[in-house]
Amino acid sequence: MSQDPKHPLQKLLDNPWLLLALGILVPVLSYTVWGWIELANLGAAQLP
Amino acid sequence: MSNHLENQVRTCDTTGLPVCLNAQKFIRLHGVCAVVFLLIGAVAAILLALTRWPAVHLLNAEWYYRVLTLHGLNMLIFWILFIEVAILYFAATTLLNSRLFSKGVAWAAFLMMIVGAIMVDTVVFQGKADVLMTSYTPLKADPMFYLGIILVAVGTLTGVFNFFATVYIAKRDKTYEGSVPLVVFGAIAAAVIAVVTLLHGAVVMIPTWFWSMGWAEAPDPGWYRLVWWGLGHQSQQVNVCAMVSVWYLLATLTTGAKPLNQAVCRTAFVLYILFINLASAHHLLVDPGVGASWKIWNTSYAMYLAVLASMIHGFTVPASVEVAQRARGYVRGLFSWLTNAPWKNPGFSAFFLSLIIFGFIGGITGVTLGTQQINILAHNTLRIPGHFHATVVGGTTLAFMGLIYYVVPLIFQKEFYARSVATIQPYIFAAGITLMSIGMSFAGSAGVPRRHWDVEFAGANLAAGFDSGTHLWLGIMGMGGVLAFVGLLTFILLTVAAVFFGKSNKGRAMTPWATPKSLVTEGDAEAAHDERSPGTMVLVIVLLAAFVVYYFANWLALTDVWHVR
Repeated sequence: MSQDPKHPLQKLLDNPWLLLALGILVPVLSYTVWGWIELANLGAAQLP
Repeated sequence: MSNHLENQVRTCDTTGLPVCLNAQKFIRLHGVCAVVFLLIGAVAAILLALTRWPAVHLLNAEWYYRVLTLHGLNMLIFWILFIEVAILYFAATTLLNSRLFSKGVAWAAFLMMIVGAIMVDTVVFQGKADVLMTSYTPLKADPMFYLGIILVAVGTLTGVFNFFATVYIAKRDKTYEGSVPLVVFGAIAAAVIAVVTLLHGAVVMIPTWFWSMGWAEAPDPGWYRLVWWGLGHQSQQVNVCAMVSVWYLLATLTTGAKPLNQAVCRTAFVLYILFINLASAHHLLVDPGVGASWKIWNTSYAMYLAVLASMIHGFTVPASVEVAQRARGYVRGLFSWLTNAPWKNPGFSAFFLSLIIFGFIGGITGVTLGTQQINILAHNTLRIPGHFHATVVGGTTLAFMGLIYYVVPLIFQKEFYARSVATIQPYIFAAGITLMSIGMSFAGSAGVPRRHWDVEFAGANLAAGFDSGTHLWLGIMGMGGVLAFVGLLTFILLTVAAVFFGKSNKGRAMTPWATPKSLVTEGDAEAAHDERSPGTMVLVIVLLAAFVVYYFANWLALTDVWHVR
């Protein structure tokens, strides 16, 4: 008897390695890399 | 199918679960060290509370900043990381019926963590690192300070690797069927967040250590703040995730509750994994180096998905307790399930009080203070410590205390003395930390700065300081701090007495804490099984109403200082 195929969300929930990859990728891109780009593009202060 | 080595497993006499003896050894080691660091942090805490209470003002400025550094590191980093590694080892072995992946890796992780933590505390006590927990550049500490933190971070990362490797061999050896249990899933989420956190720690601390050794230029302060908060705030998100897992575990252990919907609860953990780390951006909301888009995206749109996850857990955990209690026959009115809950069980009271303090104080203030416009009212005021003492202390630490009331009899196989004292301990601690948090929040609303040694600015050329109303709140903060310290010291004494001098319960079940009595027979309970939770729904509506009032009161306060014409 064939089993029901797993729902895609259930596949994600059962895959700790994919969760690990996504868990690193999303905050590193959204917070860290984007923040570094912001800081790198900061112009020098116009001191009097 | 089990993968345990011969003579390296025992069956728990209370739960019937398998306990890997290697894992048990390291859970014990990490647990004992965690409580020692909790004690160091607690002694520092009472000294700080008695200094920030202007009527006492105990420490001089030099020792105040030294003790503040010690308090932050021991409470927010060492206590939490040691207990969390213990939780990871427990979840991956006992709950998955697996052996620990490697004893050698566990030793390496533990030794790096303990050596690093001792190095940091020693250097701080020597007065060579009065830089506070954040150690913002260009403040410079002794190189051993940074090296110690690097060792703790790498050691913890090694422990997290051992956890993931154990999850891998458990799956490979088919030690469990289907999906991992929800508590293990929560532990996986906490471990993923820990990896991101500790990578940020390594990235920021290694160049800072080079700088302290004279091998490199000082890191840019803006860059340092951005990456450091990837360690400093994200480590607290590991706490949130681990705390929620502990809520689910304690709900089951104390009331027999079962998660209402596995898919919903797990999806909420995935939202944590993806979005909760972005909350670090709250600390940079007044920094000029990062733009408004970065701030608003990270602290609002994306971050609210993690807030949604907390709201899901905040509903499903008490709702699961309500369903379990109603099945026992506590069906009268909206709240008989709650009033008849096992409030004399310290595991239950600690877990439920943690849930209330985290949600009603920590959650509401966190979302409000994290709003960019409102943050300008609160940034660097005592409102911020008022918020995170409700989340990390009233939430996480209290939940972990509840867990330890079970870990000691189940893993250390020792019984607690003075069980009636243990029954009231969570209430003392919860009352103290709630008072302290409220006192901090209201004093901060009046503009009292965080971290500052003397808010009266004694000796200043211009008259400064705060009115008597603010002093009242600072006094409430001080008294709350004393009460919380009494609760914490009681917990440590009870735990130390049990672990080192308690009666062994080997070969028999643990002496049970209070459990709820059933008003119906088992057959009736099954027949009357009902998954509705109207009482929890009312509590959620009260929480949302409180949030709306607090949130808009803050917008009103903003209009007082920022006239829009």
